[in-house]
Amino acid sequence: MRGRTILRGLPLLPAVVLLLVFLAGPIIYCIYYAFTDMQLTGATTTNFVGLANFRKAFGDDQFYNAILQTLIFTVLSAIVGQNILGLVIALLFRLATKVLRSIVGALVIAAWVVPEIVAGYLMYAFFRDEGSLNEILKFLHLPQQNWLYTLPILAVSLANVWRGTAFSMLVYSAALAEVPAELTEAAAMDGAGVWQRFWHVTVPTIRRSVATNLMLITLQTLSVFGLIFAMTKGGPSNKSTTLPIYTYQTALQNYEIGYGTAMALVLLVIGALFSLVYLRALRPEAD
Amino acid sequence: MAKSVQAAGKVAANVGLAVVGVAFLVPLLWVVTTSVAQGQTLKVEWPQHFTGANFAHVATVDILFRPLFNGLVLCGGGTLITVVVAILAAYPLSRYRSRLKRPFLLTILFTTGLPITAIMIPVYAMFTQLNLIDRMWSATVFMGSTALPFGIWLMKNFMDSVPVELEEVAWTDGASSMATLRRIVLPLMWPGVVVVTIFTFIGMWGNFFVPFILLIDPNQLPASVSIFTFFDPQHGGVQYGQLAAFSIFYCIPVAVLYLVMSRKLSGSFALGGALKG
Repeated sequence: MRGRTILRGLPLLPAVVLLLVFLAGPIIYCIYYAFTDMQLTGATTTNFVGLANFRKAFGDDQFYNAILQTLIFTVLSAIVGQNILGLVIALLFRLATKVLRSIVGALVIAAWVVPEIVAGYLMYAFFRDEGSLNEILKFLHLPQQNWLYTLPILAVSLANVWRGTAFSMLVYSAALAEVPAELTEAAAMDGAGVWQRFWHVTVPTIRRSVATNLMLITLQTLSVFGLIFAMTKGGPSNKSTTLPIYTYQTALQNYEIGYGTAMALVLLVIGALFSLVYLRALRPEAD
Repeated sequence: MAKSVQAAGKVAANVGLAVVGVAFLVPLLWVVTTSVAQGQTLKVEWPQHFTGANFAHVATVDILFRPLFNGLVLCGGGTLITVVVAILAAYPLSRYRSRLKRPFLLTILFTTGLPITAIMIPVYAMFTQLNLIDRMWSATVFMGSTALPFGIWLMKNFMDSVPVELEEVAWTDGASSMATLRRIVLPLMWPGVVVVTIFTFIGMWGNFFVPFILLIDPNQLPASVSIFTFFDPQHGGVQYGQLAAFSIFYCIPVAVLYLVMSRKLSGSFALGGALKG
């Protein structure tokens, strides 16, 4: 019996080996390096420094700034932007004409399929002083400004909404398709208005999809690098330096691997905590 | 009365969607107009003089074809690893009961959420120490491994939809589990396999950070990283026209794959369904 169980589990082996070597390995390295003063320059040896990196990080204004920017970026672009816009598009799809539905669906998905770095350049061109956004604002007689300079974190957040909304749109379209029509019809018969039907019938039915979607896009957004790197490189004066950008600058531009890794570990822990919430939300079906 | 309210709602929905559509279209338009325009511009404007010069300039081995080929090796290899290993792993997870199954699946789900960006610094340090940096094969295997948790999870969801009864008959006839996987399960779930394959490839094709960190030699860089050379201020400022032309070439493979997926399999919708949780 026991031998058969092992034999049955054999196809799992390649996956287990790859995950141990290339994911668990780096995570263990990450924990180890975070307690050292490893550097990439000169012949300095690597020493164990205990909690020094973490003490340094939590006394570093730039680190707090990076956490703040990461929070603003994640809340603005994922939890508010992608999530709500994705739901709104999915709801509009149910009323709109078919042609418009397929055109808009294709455009939103095109923005998602475009590789990250190309999306970064597109958005750089869009938000630049002489870019499309200011042209449109001028046409509408609205005030213009140099977005990448005055409000870089808003610019990169809107860019991430543009790039990532397709995912929420797909998840919510699939979820809304499974809301039984009888439920909303019955509510309408009882005199419930559009908003009441939405809050009391639709939202409770798609609750699990909302939780899954929020968690996946939050985790996705926490680790966005290329988009911000291409648009602002974290600037000007660190106004769009999120944790991944600051970690990269510290570890690979200033060669402070140990210190950078300690910050990466903080990001990893934030991600792990979100991941745990996510597991709890999925619990009943994740057998 | 009810009819007119409904009609008004439909008009409002159409107008709303049209606005969303325009907002998503404008940034994309820039790439198209700039790629065929003479001179450098950051505006979306109808080009005064159409030219193919930007496309002609970038369509060389050094600028375009080698990076595309490198991307194909890196992402094709990575996708192959992900899909094959994910199919193998999904089978026992989908078919057998075991006390270890739940912890394993939970670990997989947990790993899906980890920010890969965060481990790239230790991966760089680890690869440097093990002399694995700037090697195509190690970058390929790493790409395949990072896509694995999500690949296994999706693959298992698709495999679960193939009824186990069909295999039971084959098992009683003495077929091995790997034989039933190949002859019964895979043919029935190939749309799912195609969705996972294409989705994994598109994700890797657009991945900038991993090859940016792990590969150094310019001759090995995939298009996602080599595109950076257009933004080099040392070479006479940003060549927007060439950047746009390169971007179009670079996007074509994933655009085609996505179209194949959505036309043949309503893949995007299936993906949305498989992700609902």
